[in-house]
Amino acid sequence: MTSLPERTEKRLGLVIDLDTCVGCHACAVNCKEWNTSAGASPLSDVDAYGADVSGAWLNRIHTFEVTPEDAPAQIVHFPKSCLHCDDAPCVTVCPTGASHKRPEDGIVLVSEDLCIGCGLCAWACPYGAREMDPVENVMKKCTLCVDRIYSKVLPEEDRVPACVRTCPSSARHFGDFNDPQSAVSRLVAERGGIDLMPEMETRPVNKYLPPRPKTRAQSSATPARDSAPTPKADGFLGWLDAALDKLG
Amino acid sequence: MHPAVSVIFFTVTSGAGLGMIFLLGLGFPVEASAAWVFFVSLVAGGLTVAGLLASTFHLGHPERAWRALSQWRSSWLSREGIAAIVTLVLFGIYVLIWMATGSRYQLLGLLAALGAVLTVFTTSMIYAQLKTVPQWHSRLTPLVYGGFALGSGWLLASALGTHQAPEFWGVALIALAWGAKWLWWARAGRNRLADRGSSPETATGLGFIGKVRLLERPHTGENYLTKEMVHRIGRKHARTLRILALVLGGVVPAAILAIVGLSGAPSLLNLVAAVSMLTGLLAERWLFFAEAEHAVSLYYGHR
Repeated sequence: MTSLPERTEKRLGLVIDLDTCVGCHACAVNCKEWNTSAGASPLSDVDAYGADVSGAWLNRIHTFEVTPEDAPAQIVHFPKSCLHCDDAPCVTVCPTGASHKRPEDGIVLVSEDLCIGCGLCAWACPYGAREMDPVENVMKKCTLCVDRIYSKVLPEEDRVPACVRTCPSSARHFGDFNDPQSAVSRLVAERGGIDLMPEMETRPVNKYLPPRPKTRAQSSATPARDSAPTPKADGFLGWLDAALDKLG
Repeated sequence: MHPAVSVIFFTVTSGAGLGMIFLLGLGFPVEASAAWVFFVSLVAGGLTVAGLLASTFHLGHPERAWRALSQWRSSWLSREGIAAIVTLVLFGIYVLIWMATGSRYQLLGLLAALGAVLTVFTTSMIYAQLKTVPQWHSRLTPLVYGGFALGSGWLLASALGTHQAPEFWGVALIALAWGAKWLWWARAGRNRLADRGSSPETATGLGFIGKVRLLERPHTGENYLTKEMVHRIGRKHARTLRILALVLGGVVPAAILAIVGLSGAPSLLNLVAAVSMLTGLLAERWLFFAEAEHAVSLYYGHR
Protein backbone atom coordinates (compact mmCIF):
# COMPACT_ATOMS: atom_id res chain seq x y z
CA MET A 1 0.00 0.00 0.00
CA THR A 2 1.46 3.33 -1.00
CA SER A 3 -0.14 5.29 1.81
CA LEU A 4 2.46 6.29 4.38
CA PRO A 5 2.45 4.73 7.86
CA GLU A 6 1.36 7.17 10.63
CA ARG A 7 4.60 6.45 12.48
CA THR A 8 7.19 3.73 12.23
CA GLU A 9 8.43 1.58 15.10
CA LYS A 10 12.05 2.36 14.32
CA ARG A 11 13.38 5.14 12.12
CA LEU A 12 16.52 3.65 10.65
CA GLY A 13 18.77 5.97 8.71
CA LEU A 14 22.18 7.49 8.23
CA VAL A 15 24.10 10.41 9.62
CA ILE A 16 26.58 11.81 7.12
CA ASP A 17 29.39 13.92 8.50
CA LEU A 18 30.32 16.61 5.96
CA ASP A 19 33.22 17.63 8.21
CA THR A 20 35.08 14.35 7.87
CA CYS A 21 34.04 13.11 4.42
CA VAL A 22 37.12 13.17 2.20
CA GLY A 23 35.25 12.56 -1.07
CA CYS A 24 36.94 9.23 -1.88
CA HIS A 25 33.74 7.68 -3.36
CA ALA A 26 34.48 4.39 -1.53
CA CYS A 27 30.93 4.36 -0.09
CA ALA A 28 29.44 4.64 -3.59
CA VAL A 29 31.72 1.92 -4.95
CA ASN A 30 31.02 -0.50 -2.10
CA CYS A 31 27.29 0.29 -2.39
CA LYS A 32 27.36 -0.56 -6.08
CA GLU A 33 29.37 -3.72 -5.44
CA TRP A 34 27.09 -5.00 -2.67
CA ASN A 35 23.81 -4.10 -4.29
CA THR A 36 24.69 -5.37 -7.74
CA SER A 37 25.43 -8.85 -6.43
CA ALA A 38 22.98 -9.31 -3.56
CA GLY A 39 19.22 -9.61 -3.24
CA ALA A 40 17.26 -8.19 -6.18
CA SER A 41 18.31 -7.67 -9.80
CA PRO A 42 21.79 -6.27 -10.55
CA LEU A 43 22.51 -2.54 -10.67
CA SER A 44 23.12 -2.25 -14.38
CA ASP A 45 25.61 -0.21 -16.33
CA VAL A 46 25.39 0.60 -20.02
CA ASP A 47 28.52 0.97 -22.15
CA ALA A 48 30.56 0.64 -18.94
CA TYR A 49 33.93 0.67 -20.74
CA GLY A 50 32.92 2.84 -23.68
CA ALA A 51 32.60 6.53 -24.40
CA ASP A 52 29.02 6.99 -23.22
CA VAL A 53 29.03 5.44 -19.75
CA SER A 54 25.76 5.40 -17.86
CA GLY A 55 24.24 3.29 -15.11
CA ALA A 56 22.20 3.05 -11.95
CA TRP A 57 23.83 3.92 -8.63
CA LEU A 58 22.20 4.28 -5.22
CA ASN A 59 24.73 6.69 -3.81
CA ARG A 60 26.45 9.64 -5.51
CA ILE A 61 29.16 11.95 -4.20
CA HIS A 62 28.94 15.56 -5.30
CA THR A 63 31.65 18.09 -4.52
CA PHE A 64 30.69 21.66 -3.75
CA GLU A 65 32.67 24.84 -3.33
CA VAL A 66 31.35 27.09 -0.55
CA THR A 67 32.50 30.68 -0.45
CA PRO A 68 31.99 32.74 2.71
CA GLU A 69 31.75 36.50 2.24
CA ASP A 70 34.91 37.22 4.21
CA ALA A 71 37.11 34.16 3.76
CA PRO A 72 38.56 31.95 1.02
CA ALA A 73 36.38 29.23 -0.53
CA GLN A 74 36.27 25.75 0.99
CA ILE A 75 35.50 22.37 -0.53
CA VAL A 76 32.72 20.16 0.84
CA HIS A 77 32.29 16.60 -0.38
CA PHE A 78 28.66 15.67 -0.34
CA PRO A 79 27.48 12.03 -0.47
CA LYS A 80 23.81 11.73 -1.36
CA SER A 81 21.53 8.70 -1.21
CA CYS A 82 17.91 8.06 -0.21
CA LEU A 83 17.00 9.96 2.97
CA HIS A 84 14.13 7.55 3.86
CA CYS A 85 11.82 10.54 4.49
CA ASP A 86 8.98 10.36 7.02
CA ASP A 87 6.75 12.12 4.46
CA ALA A 88 8.18 10.37 1.42
CA PRO A 89 6.47 11.83 -1.69
CA CYS A 90 7.95 9.00 -3.79
CA VAL A 91 5.74 6.51 -1.93
CA THR A 92 2.35 8.19 -2.23
CA VAL A 93 2.67 8.88 -5.99
CA CYS A 94 3.35 5.22 -6.84
CA PRO A 95 0.37 3.78 -8.76
CA THR A 96 1.18 0.10 -8.18
CA GLY A 97 2.20 -0.18 -4.55
CA ALA A 98 5.78 -1.06 -5.53
CA SER A 99 7.16 1.92 -3.64
CA HIS A 100 6.51 1.57 0.07
CA LYS A 101 7.69 2.64 3.52
CA ARG A 102 7.99 -0.15 6.05
CA PRO A 103 6.04 0.45 9.27
CA GLU A 104 8.54 -1.57 11.33
CA ASP A 105 11.73 0.36 10.55
CA GLY A 106 10.81 3.23 8.18
CA ILE A 107 12.96 1.97 5.30
CA VAL A 108 11.63 3.09 1.90
CA LEU A 109 11.82 0.22 -0.58
CA VAL A 110 10.76 -0.68 -4.13
CA SER A 111 9.24 -4.12 -4.80
CA GLU A 112 10.82 -4.69 -8.17
CA ASP A 113 8.27 -7.23 -9.39
CA LEU A 114 5.47 -4.66 -8.88
CA CYS A 115 7.31 -1.70 -10.45
CA ILE A 116 6.07 -0.66 -13.91
CA GLY A 117 8.94 1.79 -14.42
CA CYS A 118 6.76 4.88 -14.88
CA GLY A 119 9.35 7.10 -13.22
CA LEU A 120 6.87 9.23 -11.29
CA CYS A 121 8.53 8.47 -7.92
CA ALA A 122 11.82 9.84 -9.25
CA TRP A 123 9.99 13.01 -10.32
CA ALA A 124 8.50 13.33 -6.83
CA CYS A 125 11.86 13.04 -5.05
CA PRO A 126 13.68 16.37 -4.64
CA TYR A 127 16.99 14.68 -3.83
CA GLY A 128 17.56 12.53 -6.91
CA ALA A 129 17.66 9.44 -4.73
CA ARG A 130 16.02 7.17 -7.29
CA GLU A 131 17.44 6.04 -10.59
CA MET A 132 15.82 3.92 -13.29
CA ASP A 133 17.83 0.83 -14.05
CA PRO A 134 18.69 1.06 -17.76
CA VAL A 135 18.57 -2.71 -18.26
CA GLU A 136 16.02 -3.97 -15.73
CA ASN A 137 13.70 -0.98 -16.42
CA VAL A 138 12.61 -0.77 -12.80
CA MET A 139 13.32 1.95 -10.23
CA LYS A 140 16.38 1.43 -8.03
CA LYS A 141 17.09 3.09 -4.72
CA CYS A 142 19.02 2.74 -1.46
CA THR A 143 17.64 -0.14 0.63
CA LEU A 144 19.73 0.81 3.64
CA CYS A 145 21.28 -2.59 2.85
CA VAL A 146 18.25 -4.31 4.33
CA ASP A 147 19.89 -7.64 3.48
CA ARG A 148 22.97 -6.80 5.58
CA ILE A 149 21.49 -5.11 8.63
CA TYR A 150 19.15 -8.01 9.45
CA SER A 151 21.56 -10.74 8.30
CA LYS A 152 22.03 -13.72 10.59
CA VAL A 153 25.01 -14.96 8.60
CA LEU A 154 27.28 -11.95 8.41
CA PRO A 155 29.61 -11.18 11.32
CA GLU A 156 28.13 -8.67 13.78
CA GLU A 157 30.34 -5.78 12.62
CA ASP A 158 29.17 -6.20 9.02
CA ARG A 159 25.49 -5.79 9.87
CA VAL A 160 25.48 -2.14 8.81
CA PRO A 161 24.95 -0.66 5.34
CA ALA A 162 27.85 -1.26 2.95
CA CYS A 163 28.60 2.47 2.69
CA VAL A 164 28.92 2.81 6.46
CA ARG A 165 31.09 -0.29 6.77
CA THR A 166 33.54 0.86 4.12
CA CYS A 167 33.93 4.58 4.92
CA PRO A 168 37.62 5.09 5.75
CA SER A 169 37.06 8.36 7.59
CA SER A 170 34.01 7.27 9.61
CA ALA A 171 31.90 9.97 8.01
CA ARG A 172 28.86 7.71 7.84
CA HIS A 173 26.86 6.40 10.81
CA PHE A 174 23.88 4.09 10.89
CA GLY A 175 21.22 3.74 13.56
CA ASP A 176 17.70 4.27 14.89
CA PHE A 177 16.58 7.90 15.11
CA ASN A 178 13.58 6.94 17.25
CA ASP A 179 15.99 5.99 20.06
CA PRO A 180 17.24 9.23 21.62
CA GLN A 181 20.21 7.36 23.11
CA SER A 182 21.42 5.88 19.81
CA ALA A 183 24.77 7.06 18.44
CA VAL A 184 23.07 8.73 15.48
CA SER A 185 20.57 10.63 17.65
CA ARG A 186 23.35 11.85 19.93
CA LEU A 187 25.53 12.92 16.99
CA VAL A 188 22.64 14.91 15.52
CA ALA A 189 21.97 16.58 18.88
CA GLU A 190 25.64 17.39 19.57
CA ARG A 191 26.60 18.56 16.11
CA GLY A 192 23.36 20.22 14.99
CA GLY A 193 22.39 17.77 12.25
CA ILE A 194 20.46 19.33 9.39
CA ASP A 195 17.71 18.37 6.93
CA LEU A 196 18.24 18.83 3.20
CA MET A 197 15.71 21.10 1.46
CA PRO A 198 13.33 21.40 4.43
CA GLU A 199 11.09 23.60 2.25
CA MET A 200 10.05 20.48 0.32
CA GLU A 201 8.38 19.21 3.54
CA THR A 202 9.61 15.64 3.10
CA ARG A 203 10.90 15.34 6.71
CA PRO A 204 14.01 13.32 5.84
CA VAL A 205 15.25 10.75 8.37
CA ASN A 206 18.90 10.95 7.25
CA LYS A 207 20.72 13.91 8.72
CA TYR A 208 23.84 15.77 7.61
CA LEU A 209 26.40 17.09 10.10
CA PRO A 210 27.63 20.50 8.89
CA PRO A 211 31.37 21.15 8.53
CA ARG A 212 32.91 22.52 11.73
CA PRO A 213 33.95 26.21 11.50
CA LYS A 214 37.41 26.73 9.99
CA THR A 215 40.07 28.52 11.99
CA ARG A 216 40.55 31.95 10.48
CA ALA A 217 43.88 33.77 10.07
CA GLN A 218 44.27 36.58 12.65
CA SER A 219 45.04 39.35 10.18
CA SER A 220 43.28 39.77 6.91
CA ALA A 221 45.88 42.25 5.56
CA THR A 222 47.50 41.30 2.25
CA PRO A 223 50.90 39.60 2.65
CA ALA A 224 53.86 41.97 3.04
CA ARG A 225 55.59 40.71 -0.09
CA ASP A 226 52.99 42.33 -2.33
CA SER A 227 52.74 45.66 -0.56
CA ALA A 228 56.48 46.37 0.06
CA PRO A 229 58.08 48.84 -2.42
CA THR A 230 60.23 47.22 -5.12
CA PRO A 231 63.93 47.65 -4.24
CA LYS A 232 65.92 49.95 -6.57
CA ALA A 233 68.29 48.20 -8.93
CA ASP A 234 71.63 49.61 -10.15
CA GLY A 235 74.13 48.75 -12.90
CA PHE A 236 72.79 47.04 -15.99
CA LEU A 237 69.45 46.21 -14.34
CA GLY A 238 69.10 49.87 -13.30
CA TRP A 239 69.71 51.01 -16.89
CA LEU A 240 67.21 48.40 -18.20
CA ASP A 241 64.65 49.49 -15.61
CA ALA A 242 65.02 53.14 -16.67
CA ALA A 243 64.90 52.25 -20.39
CA LEU A 244 61.72 50.20 -19.95
CA ASP A 245 60.16 53.01 -17.90
CA LYS A 246 60.75 55.37 -20.86
CA LEU A 247 59.05 52.95 -23.22
CA GLY A 248 56.03 53.23 -20.99
CA MET B 1 12.24 17.97 -17.40
CA HIS B 2 12.76 15.65 -20.32
CA PRO B 3 9.87 16.07 -22.79
CA ALA B 4 8.91 12.44 -23.53
CA VAL B 5 7.08 12.28 -26.86
CA SER B 6 4.75 9.51 -25.63
CA VAL B 7 3.56 11.60 -22.67
CA ILE B 8 3.14 14.75 -24.78
CA PHE B 9 1.11 12.81 -27.36
CA PHE B 10 -0.91 11.12 -24.60
CA THR B 11 -1.94 14.28 -22.77
CA VAL B 12 -2.89 16.14 -25.97
CA THR B 13 -4.86 13.39 -27.74
CA SER B 14 -6.57 11.95 -24.68
CA GLY B 15 -7.45 15.53 -23.69
CA ALA B 16 -9.18 16.12 -27.04
CA GLY B 17 -10.93 12.73 -26.87
CA LEU B 18 -12.15 13.33 -23.33
CA GLY B 19 -13.29 16.84 -24.29
CA MET B 20 -15.40 15.24 -27.03
CA ILE B 21 -16.76 12.60 -24.64
CA PHE B 22 -17.71 15.39 -22.24
CA LEU B 23 -19.61 17.31 -24.94
CA LEU B 24 -21.29 14.24 -26.46
CA GLY B 25 -22.30 13.09 -22.99
CA LEU B 26 -23.85 16.48 -22.30
CA GLY B 27 -25.90 16.10 -25.48
CA PHE B 28 -23.88 17.83 -28.23
CA PRO B 29 -26.12 17.38 -31.32
CA VAL B 30 -25.01 14.71 -33.79
CA GLU B 31 -26.99 13.63 -36.85
CA ALA B 32 -28.97 10.58 -35.76
CA SER B 33 -27.74 8.00 -38.27
CA ALA B 34 -26.31 5.06 -36.34
CA ALA B 35 -23.27 4.80 -38.62
CA TRP B 36 -22.35 8.46 -38.13
CA VAL B 37 -22.91 8.26 -34.37
CA PHE B 38 -20.58 5.27 -34.36
CA PHE B 39 -17.95 7.16 -36.33
CA VAL B 40 -18.08 10.30 -34.17
CA SER B 41 -17.96 8.25 -30.97
CA LEU B 42 -15.10 6.21 -32.39
CA VAL B 43 -13.10 9.40 -32.90
CA ALA B 44 -13.79 10.48 -29.29
CA GLY B 45 -13.07 7.09 -27.76
CA GLY B 46 -10.23 6.34 -30.19
CA LEU B 47 -8.32 9.51 -29.34
CA THR B 48 -8.67 8.75 -25.63
CA VAL B 49 -7.58 5.13 -26.05
CA ALA B 50 -4.71 6.10 -28.37
CA GLY B 51 -3.50 8.54 -25.75
CA LEU B 52 -3.72 5.96 -22.98
CA LEU B 53 -1.86 3.40 -25.09
CA ALA B 54 0.83 5.95 -25.94
CA SER B 55 1.30 6.65 -22.25
CA THR B 56 2.13 2.99 -21.61
CA PHE B 57 4.99 3.22 -24.13
CA HIS B 58 7.10 5.21 -21.71
CA LEU B 59 6.76 2.54 -19.03
CA GLY B 60 9.68 0.27 -18.28
CA HIS B 61 7.28 -2.67 -17.92
CA PRO B 62 4.07 -2.04 -19.94
CA GLU B 63 2.96 -5.64 -19.33
CA ARG B 64 2.47 -4.77 -15.66
CA ALA B 65 0.42 -1.63 -16.40
CA TRP B 66 -2.74 -3.18 -14.93
CA ARG B 67 -1.12 -3.01 -11.50
CA ALA B 68 -1.40 0.79 -11.71
CA LEU B 69 -5.13 0.54 -10.92
CA SER B 70 -4.52 -0.58 -7.33
CA GLN B 71 -3.36 2.50 -5.40
CA TRP B 72 -6.24 4.94 -5.91
CA ARG B 73 -6.17 5.87 -2.21
CA SER B 74 -2.94 7.80 -2.54
CA SER B 75 -1.82 8.01 -6.17
CA TRP B 76 -3.16 10.43 -8.78
CA LEU B 77 -1.68 8.27 -11.52
CA SER B 78 -3.66 5.30 -10.26
CA ARG B 79 -6.83 7.41 -10.01
CA GLU B 80 -6.31 8.58 -13.58
CA GLY B 81 -6.14 5.01 -14.88
CA ILE B 82 -9.35 4.06 -13.09
CA ALA B 83 -11.19 7.25 -14.12
CA ALA B 84 -10.19 6.76 -17.77
CA ILE B 85 -11.38 3.16 -17.89
CA VAL B 86 -14.68 3.88 -16.10
CA THR B 87 -15.33 6.85 -18.40
CA LEU B 88 -14.64 4.82 -21.53
CA VAL B 89 -16.91 1.99 -20.37
CA LEU B 90 -19.75 4.40 -19.50
CA PHE B 91 -19.33 6.21 -22.80
CA GLY B 92 -19.24 2.92 -24.70
CA ILE B 93 -22.56 1.78 -23.19
CA TYR B 94 -24.05 5.25 -23.82
CA VAL B 95 -23.08 5.06 -27.50
CA LEU B 96 -24.35 1.47 -27.90
CA ILE B 97 -27.76 2.44 -26.51
CA TRP B 98 -27.77 5.54 -28.71
CA MET B 99 -26.98 3.52 -31.84
CA ALA B 100 -29.45 0.77 -31.02
CA THR B 101 -32.43 2.91 -30.03
CA GLY B 102 -31.69 6.18 -31.78
CA SER B 103 -32.23 8.08 -28.54
CA ARG B 104 -29.69 9.16 -25.95
CA TYR B 105 -29.87 7.96 -22.35
CA GLN B 106 -29.29 11.28 -20.62
CA LEU B 107 -28.23 10.07 -17.18
CA LEU B 108 -25.57 7.79 -18.63
CA GLY B 109 -24.35 10.66 -20.82
CA LEU B 110 -24.03 12.94 -17.80
CA LEU B 111 -22.09 10.26 -15.93
CA ALA B 112 -19.71 9.81 -18.88
CA ALA B 113 -19.27 13.60 -19.04
CA LEU B 114 -18.48 13.69 -15.31
CA GLY B 115 -16.02 10.84 -15.82
CA ALA B 116 -14.29 12.78 -18.59
CA VAL B 117 -13.92 15.82 -16.32
CA LEU B 118 -12.48 13.66 -13.53
CA THR B 119 -10.07 11.93 -15.91
CA VAL B 120 -8.64 15.19 -17.23
CA PHE B 121 -8.45 16.51 -13.67
CA THR B 122 -6.56 13.44 -12.42
CA THR B 123 -4.16 13.66 -15.37
CA SER B 124 -3.36 17.26 -14.53
CA MET B 125 -2.95 16.45 -10.82
CA ILE B 126 -0.15 13.99 -11.64
CA TYR B 127 1.87 17.10 -12.50
CA ALA B 128 0.23 19.66 -10.23
CA GLN B 129 0.93 17.55 -7.11
CA LEU B 130 4.73 17.70 -7.52
CA LYS B 131 6.38 20.13 -5.10
CA THR B 132 9.67 19.30 -6.80
CA VAL B 133 8.56 21.21 -9.92
CA PRO B 134 7.22 24.56 -8.62
CA GLN B 135 6.10 25.69 -12.09
CA TRP B 136 3.64 22.77 -12.19
CA HIS B 137 2.61 22.89 -8.53
CA SER B 138 -0.39 25.15 -9.06
CA ARG B 139 -4.18 25.13 -9.21
CA LEU B 140 -3.87 26.67 -12.66
CA THR B 141 -2.43 23.41 -14.05
CA PRO B 142 -5.78 21.51 -13.88
CA LEU B 143 -7.49 24.60 -15.31
CA VAL B 144 -5.17 24.66 -18.32
CA TYR B 145 -5.51 20.92 -18.98
CA GLY B 146 -9.30 21.19 -18.69
CA GLY B 147 -9.47 24.29 -20.89
CA PHE B 148 -7.45 22.74 -23.70
CA ALA B 149 -9.34 19.44 -23.51
CA LEU B 150 -12.64 21.28 -23.82
CA GLY B 151 -11.41 23.62 -26.57
CA SER B 152 -9.90 20.93 -28.79
CA GLY B 153 -12.79 18.55 -28.04
CA TRP B 154 -15.26 21.23 -29.06
CA LEU B 155 -13.51 21.81 -32.39
CA LEU B 156 -13.69 18.10 -33.24
CA ALA B 157 -17.29 17.75 -32.06
CA SER B 158 -18.43 20.83 -33.98
CA ALA B 159 -16.75 19.59 -37.16
CA LEU B 160 -18.39 16.16 -36.98
CA GLY B 161 -21.67 16.97 -35.23
CA THR B 162 -24.63 19.05 -36.31
CA HIS B 163 -25.26 22.43 -34.81
CA GLN B 164 -26.60 25.86 -35.69
CA ALA B 165 -23.98 28.62 -35.88
CA PRO B 166 -22.34 28.09 -32.51
CA GLU B 167 -18.87 29.09 -33.78
CA PHE B 168 -18.97 31.94 -31.28
CA TRP B 169 -18.83 29.31 -28.51
CA GLY B 170 -15.77 27.71 -30.05
CA VAL B 171 -13.93 31.04 -30.20
CA ALA B 172 -14.92 31.72 -26.58
CA LEU B 173 -13.70 28.30 -25.42
CA ILE B 174 -10.36 28.69 -27.22
CA ALA B 175 -9.94 32.19 -25.81
CA LEU B 176 -10.72 30.99 -22.28
CA ALA B 177 -8.26 28.09 -22.57
CA TRP B 178 -5.47 30.37 -23.76
CA GLY B 179 -6.39 32.93 -21.14
CA ALA B 180 -5.81 30.23 -18.49
CA LYS B 181 -2.54 29.25 -20.16
CA TRP B 182 -1.46 32.89 -20.24
CA LEU B 183 -2.02 33.12 -16.48
CA TRP B 184 -0.17 29.81 -16.07
CA TRP B 185 2.83 31.12 -18.01
CA ALA B 186 2.85 34.35 -16.02
CA ARG B 187 2.74 32.41 -12.75
CA ALA B 188 5.39 29.93 -13.93
CA GLY B 189 7.72 32.85 -14.64
CA ARG B 190 7.33 34.03 -11.05
CA ASN B 191 7.54 30.57 -9.46
CA ARG B 192 10.88 29.13 -10.32
CA LEU B 193 12.88 27.14 -7.78
CA ALA B 194 14.68 30.22 -6.52
CA ASP B 195 11.39 32.10 -6.05
CA ARG B 196 10.13 29.27 -3.86
CA GLY B 197 13.24 29.44 -1.67
CA SER B 198 15.08 26.43 -3.07
CA SER B 199 18.73 26.89 -3.97
CA PRO B 200 22.02 24.98 -3.86
CA GLU B 201 22.30 26.43 -0.33
CA THR B 202 19.10 24.77 0.92
CA ALA B 203 19.79 21.62 -1.13
CA THR B 204 23.13 21.11 0.63
CA GLY B 205 22.34 22.82 3.94
CA LEU B 206 25.63 24.72 3.51
CA GLY B 207 24.12 28.17 3.05
CA PHE B 208 25.12 29.16 6.59
CA ILE B 209 28.77 29.15 5.46
CA GLY B 210 28.37 31.06 2.23
CA LYS B 211 27.53 30.80 -1.43
CA VAL B 212 27.38 27.22 -2.76
CA ARG B 213 28.61 26.21 -6.22
CA LEU B 214 28.97 22.75 -7.73
CA LEU B 215 32.66 22.06 -8.20
CA GLU B 216 32.56 18.49 -9.45
CA ARG B 217 29.72 16.21 -10.51
CA PRO B 218 29.57 12.72 -9.01
CA HIS B 219 30.02 11.19 -12.46
CA THR B 220 31.66 12.19 -15.70
CA GLY B 221 28.85 11.07 -18.04
CA GLU B 222 25.11 11.49 -17.97
CA ASN B 223 22.82 9.46 -15.73
CA TYR B 224 19.07 8.91 -15.40
CA LEU B 225 18.71 12.04 -13.27
CA THR B 226 20.52 14.37 -15.64
CA LYS B 227 18.75 12.93 -18.69
CA GLU B 228 15.29 12.98 -17.12
CA MET B 229 15.27 15.96 -14.77
CA VAL B 230 18.23 18.20 -15.55
CA HIS B 231 17.26 18.22 -19.22
CA ARG B 232 17.75 21.64 -20.78
CA ILE B 233 18.23 21.05 -24.51
CA GLY B 234 14.46 21.30 -25.04
CA ARG B 235 14.50 24.94 -23.91
CA LYS B 236 16.64 26.04 -26.83
CA HIS B 237 13.74 27.08 -29.05
CA ALA B 238 11.37 28.06 -26.25
CA ARG B 239 10.43 31.46 -27.70
CA THR B 240 9.73 30.16 -31.19
CA LEU B 241 7.75 27.22 -29.81
CA ARG B 242 5.66 29.49 -27.61
CA ILE B 243 4.71 31.63 -30.60
CA LEU B 244 4.04 28.49 -32.68
CA ALA B 245 1.81 27.12 -29.90
CA LEU B 246 -0.14 30.35 -29.68
CA VAL B 247 -0.57 30.78 -33.44
CA LEU B 248 -1.39 27.16 -34.36
CA GLY B 249 -3.20 26.43 -31.12
CA GLY B 250 -5.17 29.65 -30.75
CA VAL B 251 -5.06 32.22 -33.54
CA VAL B 252 -5.50 29.90 -36.55
CA PRO B 253 -8.40 27.84 -35.10
CA ALA B 254 -10.18 31.00 -33.92
CA ALA B 255 -9.75 32.57 -37.39
CA ILE B 256 -11.11 29.47 -39.13
CA LEU B 257 -14.08 29.41 -36.76
CA ALA B 258 -14.76 33.08 -37.46
CA ILE B 259 -14.62 32.49 -41.23
CA VAL B 260 -16.94 29.48 -40.96
CA GLY B 261 -19.32 31.38 -38.70
CA LEU B 262 -19.46 34.51 -40.84
CA SER B 263 -19.42 32.96 -44.32
CA GLY B 264 -21.69 30.01 -43.62
CA ALA B 265 -19.04 27.61 -44.98
CA PRO B 266 -19.57 23.93 -44.03
CA SER B 267 -18.66 23.30 -40.41
CA LEU B 268 -16.52 20.34 -41.51
CA LEU B 269 -13.87 23.05 -42.04
CA ASN B 270 -13.63 23.13 -38.25
CA LEU B 271 -11.66 19.90 -38.64
CA VAL B 272 -8.79 21.97 -40.04
CA ALA B 273 -9.08 24.20 -36.98
CA ALA B 274 -8.99 21.12 -34.75
CA VAL B 275 -5.87 19.70 -36.41
CA SER B 276 -4.18 23.09 -36.15
CA MET B 277 -5.06 23.39 -32.47
CA LEU B 278 -3.83 19.88 -31.66
CA THR B 279 -0.53 20.65 -33.43
CA GLY B 280 -0.20 23.86 -31.43
CA LEU B 281 -0.97 21.98 -28.23
CA LEU B 282 1.85 19.52 -28.96
CA ALA B 283 4.22 22.50 -28.92
CA GLU B 284 2.56 23.86 -25.76
CA ARG B 285 2.93 20.47 -24.02
CA TRP B 286 6.56 20.15 -25.14
CA LEU B 287 7.29 23.45 -23.39
CA PHE B 288 5.30 22.35 -20.33
CA PHE B 289 7.94 19.67 -19.80
CA ALA B 290 11.03 21.23 -21.33
CA GLU B 291 10.79 24.51 -19.40
CA ALA B 292 10.02 22.88 -16.05
CA GLU B 293 12.82 23.08 -13.48
CA HIS B 294 13.20 20.14 -11.12
CA ALA B 295 14.67 20.47 -7.62
CA VAL B 296 17.29 17.83 -8.39
CA SER B 297 18.95 20.23 -10.82
CA LEU B 298 20.18 22.16 -7.77
CA TYR B 299 22.59 19.29 -7.05
CA TYR B 300 23.87 19.49 -10.62
CA GLY B 301 25.03 23.06 -10.85
CA HIS B 302 21.78 24.83 -11.58
CA ARG B 303 20.98 28.09 -9.84
